[in-house]
Amino acid sequence: MNPVLEVVLRSVSVLAVFLVLPLVVGQTEHKVMAHMQGRLGPMYAGGFHGWAQLVADAAKFIQKEDITPRAADRWVFKLAPAVALVPYLVALAVIPISPTLVGADVDAGVLFVLAASAVGILGLLMGGWASANKYALLGGMRAAAQLLSYELPLVLSVASVALAAGTLSLSGIVDAWHPLWLLWQFPGAMVFFVAAVAELQRGPFDMPIADSEIVMGPFTEYTGLRFAFFLLSEYAGIVVMSLLFTVLFLGGWHGAFSDSLGPVWTLAKSAVISVVIIWMRVSWPRLREDQLQRLAWLVLVPVALVQLAMTAVWVVLSSR
Amino acid sequence: MTSLDILFGAVGLITAASAVLAVTTQHLVHAALWLVVALGTLAGCYLILGAELVALVQLLVYVGAVVVLVLFALMLTRAPMGRSPEHSSSAVQRIAAAVIAAGTTALLAAVLLPALGGEVLTARTGDTTAIATQLFGAWVWPFELLSVLLLMALIAALAVSRMPTTSPTSPVPAETEST
Repeated sequence: MNPVLEVVLRSVSVLAVFLVLPLVVGQTEHKVMAHMQGRLGPMYAGGFHGWAQLVADAAKFIQKEDITPRAADRWVFKLAPAVALVPYLVALAVIPISPTLVGADVDAGVLFVLAASAVGILGLLMGGWASANKYALLGGMRAAAQLLSYELPLVLSVASVALAAGTLSLSGIVDAWHPLWLLWQFPGAMVFFVAAVAELQRGPFDMPIADSEIVMGPFTEYTGLRFAFFLLSEYAGIVVMSLLFTVLFLGGWHGAFSDSLGPVWTLAKSAVISVVIIWMRVSWPRLREDQLQRLAWLVLVPVALVQLAMTAVWVVLSSR
Repeated sequence: MTSLDILFGAVGLITAASAVLAVTTQHLVHAALWLVVALGTLAGCYLILGAELVALVQLLVYVGAVVVLVLFALMLTRAPMGRSPEHSSSAVQRIAAAVIAAGTTALLAAVLLPALGGEVLTARTGDTTAIATQLFGAWVWPFELLSVLLLMALIAALAVSRMPTTSPTSPVPAETEST
């Protein structure tokens, strides 16, 4: 195939996935949360169980006025939603759905995804600071403190998997995966899962946007499309993190009939992870700031270090 | 001149420009954000030279952790919206900084340009295994020395923050007062 055409085709399909999957997760959240709380959720838009609710929301967001507060730092304020959203699109491009179905197979794919999502958190800080609003600043600060703490266990648990597989390539990790890893890497998987949810600032780790205390945190001053971009980046983050969890810890496309059903397995496993992430938000109350930091430094980091040591010892012993 | 050379020149130019902006801007937070651009485009330079791993680590460590820490510290103390001229340095300091920066550039250019003999080298073997072999083979002692240095800094920071305060305003228990 013509290389230019191939690049264009791959980019367009990644963009299409990026535009569809977060909406699916968003709609799932609406319905799952509603049913867990014994209510119906949006039921009218689109007919069947309100499937078009998010499309209607998007239409509403587009019509709203795009307001920049007078005291805000104009450029930083306007740029922040893009900085929050684009890294997840870039990250999504390198995550393999099946051995052949991948936007771009990067040699150090794991690092690529981590680096991209690390850039994304800057968007929140920029938005929080540039709004010239005390609530937004408080939210931005909480976000910064939380993301700094949870970055470490996240990277450590990923390092353990990469060590076990002997490669940083995402498809290489899935190829090296064995069902026994579910036991061997279990502590690391738990650490990764908790840290990933904290990185996404989803409940119970939604201290930065705690709506009952600081309005909407860094998003307080945002309206219309820019606000929608922040929401979209949250759902895109869920998609990226659950795909990454599937690929790293659940063996991606491994499963029955994986030759023909590989992509289905990957997507099904990450769909389950996404629902669990939504479930966590409904189930647990918000953690306080000191509880957040305590969990990260006194539980997750030690567990991740022990897991890393365990993996290293086993890899050295088995390679003898 | 290949398209990679042109790309490298363009990205390098953005790196240099944003680095200059980071030190000359009067907005405190803008300085940190220009630093993000400088560090990010520096990662781009590494990427163009074929050092993929170095580029990603640069992005992960510097943009993801160091700048976030800088921004957090700014927000925690004071993050003024407009210009903050009270933080700008005097003309003497500026001139001294410019002279030292120019001197360092000249020194590096004088050492590096003859050393490479005008030959353009690209690290085409930038894959992870090659870098790991180099890092834990030929460069293992400098690498370990750097980790010891960082560890020392970490422990020292902990020691400083845990040190008993001797200022009269802080509540000091009676036993330690007598010692």
